[in-house]
Amino acid sequence: MPSTLHAPPTAPTVIETEKLSVLYGSAAAVKEISIAIPTRRVVAFIGPSGCGKSTLLRCFNRMNDLVPGARVEGRVTFHGADLYGPGVDPIEVRRRIGMVFQKPNPFPKSIYENVAFGARINGYRGNMDELVERSLTQAALWDEVKDRLRMSALALSGGQQQRLCIARALAIEPEVLLMDEPTSALDPIATQRIEELIYELKSRYTIIIVTHNMQQAARVSDRTAFLYMGNLVEYGPTNDLFTNPREEQTEAYITGRFG
Amino acid sequence: MARRDEELRRADRLVAPEEQDVAGPASEQPSGAGPAYSEEQPAEKALDVLPQAYGTAALAKGLPEAPGRETVRLPVLQGPPRRRRQEALISGILFVASAVSVLTTVGIVAVLLFEAASFFADVSPWEFLTGTTWAPLFQPQHFGVVPLLAGSLLVSLGAALIALPVGLASAIYLSEYASRRVNRIVKPALEVLAGIPTVVYGYFALTFVTPLLRQVWPATEIFNAASASIVMGVMIIPLVASLSEDAMSAVPRALREGAYALGATKLEVSTRTVVPAALSGIVASFILAISRAIGETMIVTIAAGATPNLTLNPFESVQTMTAYIVQVSMGEVAFGSVEYRTIFAVGLTLFALTLIMNGISIYVLRRFREVYE
Amino acid sequence: MSSPDPVRDSFDPRPKTRGNVARVSAALFLGATALGVLALVVLLADIWRDGAGSLSVDFLTSFPSRFARRAGIKPGLAGSLWILALTALFSFPLGVATAIWLEEYAPRNGWSRLIQTNIANLAAVPSVVYGILGLAVFVRGLELGRSVLAGALTLTLLILPVLIISAQEAIRAVPNSIRLAAYALGATRWQTIRQQVLPMAMPGILTGTILSLSRAVGETAPLILVGALAFVPFVPNGPLDGFTVLPMQIFDWISRPQASFHQIAAAAILVLLAVLLAFNLVAVLLRNKYTKTL
Repeated sequence: MPSTLHAPPTAPTVIETEKLSVLYGSAAAVKEISIAIPTRRVVAFIGPSGCGKSTLLRCFNRMNDLVPGARVEGRVTFHGADLYGPGVDPIEVRRRIGMVFQKPNPFPKSIYENVAFGARINGYRGNMDELVERSLTQAALWDEVKDRLRMSALALSGGQQQRLCIARALAIEPEVLLMDEPTSALDPIATQRIEELIYELKSRYTIIIVTHNMQQAARVSDRTAFLYMGNLVEYGPTNDLFTNPREEQTEAYITGRFG
Repeated sequence: MARRDEELRRADRLVAPEEQDVAGPASEQPSGAGPAYSEEQPAEKALDVLPQAYGTAALAKGLPEAPGRETVRLPVLQGPPRRRRQEALISGILFVASAVSVLTTVGIVAVLLFEAASFFADVSPWEFLTGTTWAPLFQPQHFGVVPLLAGSLLVSLGAALIALPVGLASAIYLSEYASRRVNRIVKPALEVLAGIPTVVYGYFALTFVTPLLRQVWPATEIFNAASASIVMGVMIIPLVASLSEDAMSAVPRALREGAYALGATKLEVSTRTVVPAALSGIVASFILAISRAIGETMIVTIAAGATPNLTLNPFESVQTMTAYIVQVSMGEVAFGSVEYRTIFAVGLTLFALTLIMNGISIYVLRRFREVYE
Repeated sequence: MSSPDPVRDSFDPRPKTRGNVARVSAALFLGATALGVLALVVLLADIWRDGAGSLSVDFLTSFPSRFARRAGIKPGLAGSLWILALTALFSFPLGVATAIWLEEYAPRNGWSRLIQTNIANLAAVPSVVYGILGLAVFVRGLELGRSVLAGALTLTLLILPVLIISAQEAIRAVPNSIRLAAYALGATRWQTIRQQVLPMAMPGILTGTILSLSRAVGETAPLILVGALAFVPFVPNGPLDGFTVLPMQIFDWISRPQASFHQIAAAAILVLLAVLLAFNLVAVLLRNKYTKTL
């Protein structure tokens, strides 16, 4: 798909890709995608299963490095610096670009320790209690857990665990937050709370969210990218993409003709 | 075009990060489809970073130069070299630890081959492998290993005679017939059987089984192969039972259900469907059990005897390879002498035999592994 | 009423016979299983009968002697304790480090599979061969002589393969989502292992270690090769001292013709079994406690 189809944002961008591809052996999961992510906006990646949206997301924090056999070609830049440049340490990348996973995965430790872990390994020397409180507040979880910080994180409900994972990611003060289908394992009420949270967070963080739920994309995101079979089909302001899609494939997908 | 130049310039600054204004739109082509979605310009607030708290990481993130103006250094993504060195060091230490296991094998092979080589400089390998008299500590010396080999095989095959059927039958029972409650009691009991030290089994063989045997078959010698076989068989039952049961558990339910649906009895399902389906695992467990029996030392040392004896009669006293090795090392044997080196020659034979059997067991497991779907 | 049907009649179900055969064989299978359990019971009962009478505090605190009545297992207990401590000291770090390397660091290529197969093979090598190795390398080669240290090093090599395999299983049981969460926060590989994976795997690792060590405590043959003495009228004071272990004393006593020595051998066996039982109980309790916590 020609890359000129996507409408570049009119705000400063934080991440840009240029003909980014991810290959497993000879099969390409992501095919020469060029996309620009604007600062402090929410961008949604939508598309049917297996279209490469999660794979694309994982390029931004070099989590694809951990997938055996995955090969990345093309360029990804963060504030202009090549993420895959020579000598770049993935650790440094991940400290600036955080991730929340589909299934909440808190550590089997206390709520406090979950939030503190990321800060500790980053060499945080400030007041940990304040940091924990601030992170949990940002994740809209503080009021619910402030009296039981030393309790096991596994005792929380699914939605609370996911907000804990968000707090944990925010504790290291990333610039960008990647969310890989963060509500697909949660019930509707928990989902709603997290969507509200995303709306609050975007004033401070750039958020990229992968979702298989189109309505969610329409609800939370400012821009939406539609991927199909590894290609970027269309990318533009959410309203435009959903009400007046330019590509036939996009329209077919959002009207439910496939996927 | 201008945009591309901008990007290239940014990339060049990777090595020498400079400050760079990021005020206002960096590079845009006007979007074709109507006005951009309305948005306020992002508030020009300083990046909310706590520099002192995060140490060097904060510097790389960039600090606001002056209020009202967002300046960002090109992020340094290289990471401190100290971290890379530390990780490499740890990885190296762990690798060296793993090398110990490799060194152990190298050590075993090297030691056995080296000493056996100088043994075979004095004693012809042909005599060793085919001679039917073993008398290295007497005059005239004989170095035929066949009696020891025969002793090992006699005891082991006798043990297999007990352990294989009983073990397999137990496995069938536990896997196909027993309720969960029975399983919870019987399985740990069998584990206990496997955990009893072999000296204890030796004691049992000599003081309980042998007198019993002598009552039943008065011609039984005080040290005899049969006692050792029986007790060793009991010791190996858990090995056969658990390995066979693992193999049978791997057979999918669907196979059993298909057979039941055809009106088969439980016996028929177990013996005609499940066992054949798990056969490679079961046979592998048999071979492994025999190998284990051949390598066992204390039971035979205590109960089977110390006289090399080429015989098929289990009621006679025999000496196995393992018992001989123990006997020699307990005696006074001059270091470096031919007698001393018999330890290694016999040890090599033992090692080679068990290695071959274990290899066959793995081969059977891999080559004939049943594919169920 | 039913017309002769050549197809149907060629089936000869004989339900009664098949049912009988099935019932008999079920009884046979049950009998076989019971045989194993029965053997265990008989064994324990026999040893109890032979040896319980000789158990006493004196027995535990005396040295062996020419007179069975006065003989005790003090050097054996002390030696076994020394062996246990030293073997644990060597085998635990080596085993856990190897398991970590194999599970977390090793690239999935032919070399690591070779190491893995090698470890599985080593687990099946007869214990007396390890004794031969220990004799040549530790007693002679490193000139440690017939010492506790040589014995412990030999036993370390013996139990290392099984320890590694069980530690690997414990590490593998840690869900990968935990690792991913840690990496995504910018943790290095070692930080992830040390602060998240290892703590979660530790109960399983400890259980496997305890069981491996209990096996080492019951071993005799390798220690005979390495020079554990039969008659030892002293307690080791340092790692380079001579020694004996409890199974060795049992072996010595059972090798004598007098029935009185057989009796105290049985008593010593009871002590040994009690020690091993304690080990296994600790391991099982540990496993249960942490399976509940998760």
